[in-house]
Amino acid sequence: MIRFSKRQLKTPRFLRDVYLVTGGQSEYRRAFPEKRTEELCIDAFQDAAKYIGMTPQAMKKYIHTCYYGHFADHFGDQLLGEAVIHDRLGLDPLGNIGVKTGGATGGSTIWEAAKAVASGYSDCTLALGWERMDEVPTDEGNNYISCAADKDWETPLGHIYTGYYAVMAQKYWKVYGREEESFRRTLAEISVKNHGYACHNPMAQAPMKITVEDVLKSPVVAYPLRALDCCLMSMGASCVILADKETAYEMCKEPLLIYSTAGSHTLRVADRRDMEIPLLPNETEETYKNIDKEFPGGERYPGFTGFLAARMAAYYAYRMAGIKDPTEDLDLVELHDAFTISDIQTYEDIGIRPYGKGRTYVESGDCYLTNPKTGKSGKLPANLSGGLIGCMHSVGATGIMQTVECMLHIHGRHAEIHGDAKRWESYGKKKPADWQDLQVKGAKRALAISHAGVGSHVTCTILMKPDARLDK
Amino acid sequence: MSYSVKVVKGQFKLQGEFHTAEPNQPIRDEHGKLCGITNPRRVVHHHSYGGEAPFFQGLGDGRLWATRCDNKDCEVAYKALFIPFRIHCPDCLEKNTPLDITDLANRTAHVYSFMICERSGAFNSLEKPIRFINVEFDGVSTILMSYLLGKTNPEIGMKVRPVFRTKQPTFTITDLAFVPADTKEKDLPAGFTFSK
Repeated sequence: MIRFSKRQLKTPRFLRDVYLVTGGQSEYRRAFPEKRTEELCIDAFQDAAKYIGMTPQAMKKYIHTCYYGHFADHFGDQLLGEAVIHDRLGLDPLGNIGVKTGGATGGSTIWEAAKAVASGYSDCTLALGWERMDEVPTDEGNNYISCAADKDWETPLGHIYTGYYAVMAQKYWKVYGREEESFRRTLAEISVKNHGYACHNPMAQAPMKITVEDVLKSPVVAYPLRALDCCLMSMGASCVILADKETAYEMCKEPLLIYSTAGSHTLRVADRRDMEIPLLPNETEETYKNIDKEFPGGERYPGFTGFLAARMAAYYAYRMAGIKDPTEDLDLVELHDAFTISDIQTYEDIGIRPYGKGRTYVESGDCYLTNPKTGKSGKLPANLSGGLIGCMHSVGATGIMQTVECMLHIHGRHAEIHGDAKRWESYGKKKPADWQDLQVKGAKRALAISHAGVGSHVTCTILMKPDARLDK
Repeated sequence: MSYSVKVVKGQFKLQGEFHTAEPNQPIRDEHGKLCGITNPRRVVHHHSYGGEAPFFQGLGDGRLWATRCDNKDCEVAYKALFIPFRIHCPDCLEKNTPLDITDLANRTAHVYSFMICERSGAFNSLEKPIRFINVEFDGVSTILMSYLLGKTNPEIGMKVRPVFRTKQPTFTITDLAFVPADTKEKDLPAGFTFSK
């Protein structure tokens, strides 16, 4: 679709407010040979119940329908895996459904669960996601992942999804990055930041104290991307409980307003057609008047340099939640940093910076908790969980993990969960002596982006304190 | 060496020849505790190309087929050319008209983006490194993904020409590749020819 009708651009509306009641997570690792998937899901569910001082049994009594995010049946070698988890959680005979939208599965699961509450169908829903990616050798895993590309037109070409994805990175690198060494170092800085933040997250899979030089010396995966530019392959589970206002306040003291939207674009990047840039509330036609002159080769939109699905998810979400300018109105973001370069692309898609200027979000220091250039608070800290690069990418759980992490900040309970020495010990880890509280002080609003593959699906979830709402 | 797997420090450790495991081999950790079993899958799908079959047949015949929306009432894509071949117009959903664009491709194909990939997934049939290219053709609304044959590294804007696996075609997308536009036919890899 390259032209929109008015109806297609309607601002999405929930028929009633939807609240996030609680959320929970398991630990994330590359492999869990000693655990079945259901054990991780139950870990996440128990964690969510504990967060609001309930027993799992008590929390289950509120749930009316269930939404399960689990992308790859073939990885877990179990069709209808959702039915297995639903049974093991003891939630039969409630209605449940599986959600599969690639890397955006977690966000899409929340989208579905929120709509069920918004419509009045359910007063309380469970959105729970997981992925089991440790059962096959890496090259067979790559073969499986490549099946998420078009099976006739792309998959036979090397059975390697990274290759299909990296052509977009290459275009961005050449056009907007201008192949500059300084841009390459900015990319590396994202990896250093996210691995570094993961050091303070007991759930995280890849805490690392590394330098820009370490990233630049890591093996090339697909030039200019190196191993440390790439996200993790993970196992783990996460969940949230959503409810209408009355139920939410019965279950907990501080429910948060939640908004959720989605966008999509072609499965094959080959099918992207030229179109005008849909503008976000903080942009005007003037913003992109000279983009082709400023960045030769960037004439085509979205070409391979933008993700239309992300732009549309933000387009709908900002209007739905009353966001005028993401940098001014939000206090933190959790973005889908599948690769350092796609992280920068996302800054532009969701309007943190205009197209072509994403790198300045990192270079200004705005994306840090503490701006390394000024020593003051970063304007809009990103991926304090460690993101997909440092924390995890357990596909069906990822978008939910991001939302849970945003919740902790808005509740001011980041340290309680991340700094709990017993939690570290329960994962067989020792809380670091230099552990830092990454709490964003006074956080009221946060955003999470969940993104699939080459941009086929993207969701935008916005959380905020009810007294900080902007839409009324 | 036959395939074996065990658990060491919480990670699966694989040894031997991959993709050849026998079923129901116990997987144990370093203490001998049972963690699981091997569960190989070997299946064959009888996959239908449906309305795209002429495209894949065309590759083996040395021709490149696209489709065109010929619906005058289509508000967006009337006369738009699509490759990847689309059976129906994505806008009006009328059936598209197949169109041989081999000559257009020979004249105007150029690289929009590319990636040189040293790795592949299991069961890959292409020679590594794989030089992925995304090819633009004048007057075509989409950007086809393919690969560049030979040792020359691609560049954005490079003029390229399609080649076809006309000898023993596989009837897959790998039967289509591109070479730098100035390549001589005698220098093409075995099995590939220019258009016929």
